[in-house]
Amino acid sequence: MGEKTLTRMDLSEAVFREVGLSRNESAQLVESMLEHMSDALVQGEQVKISSFGTFSVREKSARIGRNPKTGEEVPIQPRRVLTFRPSHLMKDRVADGNRKS
Amino acid sequence: MIRSELIQKIADENPHLYQRDVERIVNTVFEEVTGAMARGDRVELRGFGAFSVKKRDARIGRNPRTGETVHVEEKHVPFFKTGKLLRDRLNGKQ
Repeated sequence: MGEKTLTRMDLSEAVFREVGLSRNESAQLVESMLEHMSDALVQGEQVKISSFGTFSVREKSARIGRNPKTGEEVPIQPRRVLTFRPSHLMKDRVADGNRKS
Repeated sequence: MIRSELIQKIADENPHLYQRDVERIVNTVFEEVTGAMARGDRVELRGFGAFSVKKRDARIGRNPRTGETVHVEEKHVPFFKTGKLLRDRLNGKQ
């Protein structure tokens, strides 16, 4: 099993191998994918990629938090958080690929 | 936004590319991420977020309908943590 960390570089390398654009252009395309997805999410839109998963933005209301170390109460402002729900296909592939044999 | 809309946006910005190549590019990126996690690797995309694999220990589960106990095996699940920049942008910072 892995433990490696892939970065943007590895993704653009894959695009470079698959389509044969320049490395530079491949990198720009990966970046622009991430930007379009981020922009949609910031606008409160859901990003639903079939057979991959769904990114959605959830509104969390204000609450009183507590500093676990000092026990001190701190207000937590209302905020928006992003959640990712993997598709069944992704869940199955990740479960199968990491199963101890 | 769905996959085809993402493909369309990128195609519109890159009129020199064939639509079918843009499709391949977008599909390749998602496939790389899934493939990495299937190997137990993580994918860290600074500013956007990181995909990793979390281990769920084996446990004794219960069939909620019958109350019967069942053994649930250890399994690995995909996990995404939002990047700092995107988290800040979602909350109107910069």
